[in-house]
Amino acid sequence: MKLTLQQVLAIVQKDLTVEMRARDLLVLMLTFAVLSLVIFYLALDLWGPVVQRVGPGLLWLTITFAAMLGMGRTFVREYERGTLAGLLLAPIDRGALFIGKLVANLLFLFTMEAVTLPMFALLFGLPVLRPSVLLITALGTLGLAILGTIFSAMAAHSRAREALLPLLLLPTTVPIIIGAVQATSNAISGAADGPPWLGLLIAFDVIFLTLAYLLFEYAIEG
Amino acid sequence: MGDSETSGMDPIVAVQGLTKRYGAQTALDQLDLCLDRNERLAVLGPNGAGKTTLIAVLATLVRPSAGTLRVMGYDSAAAPNEVRRHIGVVAHQTYLYEELSARENLQFFGRLHGVQDLEARVETLLKLVDIYPRRHEPIANLSRGMQQRVALARALVHDPDVLLLDEPDTGLDQAHLALLASLVQGRAIPARTVILTTHNLERALELCGRVAVLAQGRLVYQAASAALDRAALHDAYHRLAGAAP
Amino acid sequence: MALSKNAGGARRWVDDVLGVATLIGMVVALWLIFIYTPVELVQGAVQKVFYIHLASIWNAYLSFFIVFVASILYLRRPSAAKDRLARAWAEIGVVFTTITLISGAIWGKPIWGTYWSWDPRLTTTLLLWIIYVVYLMLRGFVGDPERGRRYAAIVGIIGFIDVPIVHMSVRWWRTLHPDPIVARAEGPDLPMSMWYTVLYCIVVFTVLALFLVRQRLHIDELRETLLDLRMTAR
Ligand SMILES: Nc1ncnc2c1ncn2[C@@H]1O[C@H](COP(=O)(O)OP(=O)(O)OP(=O)(O)O)[C@@H](O)[C@H]1O
Ligand SMILES: [Mg+2]
Repeated sequence: MKLTLQQVLAIVQKDLTVEMRARDLLVLMLTFAVLSLVIFYLALDLWGPVVQRVGPGLLWLTITFAAMLGMGRTFVREYERGTLAGLLLAPIDRGALFIGKLVANLLFLFTMEAVTLPMFALLFGLPVLRPSVLLITALGTLGLAILGTIFSAMAAHSRAREALLPLLLLPTTVPIIIGAVQATSNAISGAADGPPWLGLLIAFDVIFLTLAYLLFEYAIEG
Repeated sequence: MGDSETSGMDPIVAVQGLTKRYGAQTALDQLDLCLDRNERLAVLGPNGAGKTTLIAVLATLVRPSAGTLRVMGYDSAAAPNEVRRHIGVVAHQTYLYEELSARENLQFFGRLHGVQDLEARVETLLKLVDIYPRRHEPIANLSRGMQQRVALARALVHDPDVLLLDEPDTGLDQAHLALLASLVQGRAIPARTVILTTHNLERALELCGRVAVLAQGRLVYQAASAALDRAALHDAYHRLAGAAP
Repeated sequence: MALSKNAGGARRWVDDVLGVATLIGMVVALWLIFIYTPVELVQGAVQKVFYIHLASIWNAYLSFFIVFVASILYLRRPSAAKDRLARAWAEIGVVFTTITLISGAIWGKPIWGTYWSWDPRLTTTLLLWIIYVVYLMLRGFVGDPERGRRYAAIVGIIGFIDVPIVHMSVRWWRTLHPDPIVARAEGPDLPMSMWYTVLYCIVVFTVLALFLVRQRLHIDELRETLLDLRMTAR
């Protein structure tokens, strides 16, 4: 148990150090996220009450696509340089390997969001820096990261690479996206009625986490 | 290196009926292999013979299509992590993170293996493979041969009982070929069981007590280095290499 | 064809029986749908597409459930047979999901006034279709066939568990935008003849699915025999 924790921490720390030196991943995600926000605003000619209505959806589209870009890279990077085999040679429970990768991915995504959310608030004029929205963002991001981690491991091993990840992630992640968008919408407008999206998000996260934890071994091994 | 689980009589590596197919291609074909403690086997063979596949399957990186593998009495299908605890691997790729230094790489893999007294172990290994003065530089800055030496150190970080080396001489200069020999033969470090692949017969004979020829996924020739019949080996090698489609 | 005879006469016999049963069953189904059951008063003749619609979606869910179970079994103990079974059922499932979507659209145009609406059931069915199309594409994307089968099994499991979650989330989502034009198709008091026909269609479609899956597996087997022959001929 103690060894497992140490292994998970080692993986997280390694991923952070590598990213701190290479920086390509975060830069990529951030640039993409900010660009998307600008393009959405311009393409949809957003103003007035429309922003209130479609804003949360655009925010989550941005987060989802930026996350997909970033998470796809993490495994492709390990795979292309052959370091994935080095990880697999370690006597580490594959579930623990999953948790390590998931935590690292989550930290990257949170960092990306730490910039994207204020940018969004600024550009779209919606109050998304409230604690309630932050909590929703954390839960939604967790769901994205769970499915993203297992699917990007699979995508890295395939010929289509980055192209396969959206095909796997987008249809299965629909519940998370709907939940996150609706919850964000309610939190911004202060609507109290309607379905308990926060609870649903938690439930989805738990279900996906269990599934991915159990199945990761088959996704990663040779 | 002392092990209580297995008696001295059990083979350290026991392979039975090992087969790996890639679609219609059979990379390993019903392979049987047995190594005792501290025995050293060199596997020779033409390109595409299945050497790398053999190392990868022994390393638990590739699942065999059929057959069993036991290391130190542990079955690779039932207890893969026990097998992984006891093997160290050097492959075509170095498995090193370019952005991290040699020291950081060794520390990372040491932590993954739960190595005790890691700091000291890493220092010793860095000195052993003669990379100590450049231990803080990112791997990307090192030459191929230097990276290969760090890869050797990485394979030894958890003091494995079995070393699996796929063309370990890649990129090494004369001085460090001697270092490789002293590592493999158990002079610089305690002796252990070794399986290595190479394209160099002389090196195979120098490093290992036994040589085997792999061709089209089958072990077609095996002999002790001392009692090697070169004519028979050449015959086996070339006949089968030539017969390849 | 000589090969298939060697492969087992008993199996061919089962296929023949299934084929004939499907054929007769389908003819009877047509009679039940178009002659035996009365024309629905409000919706008119187009309501008859519902028998096919319901039987198709039943087949789709049955197929994907079998894919789910076969995928779990495959991961526990991989075998080519389990993978073939899962893939064959997934293909049949996608075919029947397609039929469901098309028959739904045919019905939707006159009744809802549109071929497509973002009704929770339609949305879920569309996502179901996408997930399993991806499932079928996946093996081709992965180089190593063994790994491809394993990955397909993972998607076969996650995809199936995902379906009710998708449905639930889409339904909750739809409650915010109630669709005014949705007229419920099945009133509580359908005549018994309609119920019998629905049940009958479900049974016949299941037999049809079984027949198709067996044909699919048979083709797989032939293909493999052919590959083997090519290998030995070299
Ligand atoms: N991932 C793979 N997918 C498909 N075929 C593979 C794969 N890996 C190896 N093979 C095939 O398996 C056979 C054995 O390859 P392997 O790499 O083990 O040979 P090798 O003896 O190491 O050759 P070399 O001397 O060139 O290193 C070859 O025919 C190769 O094409
Ligand atoms: Mg090789």
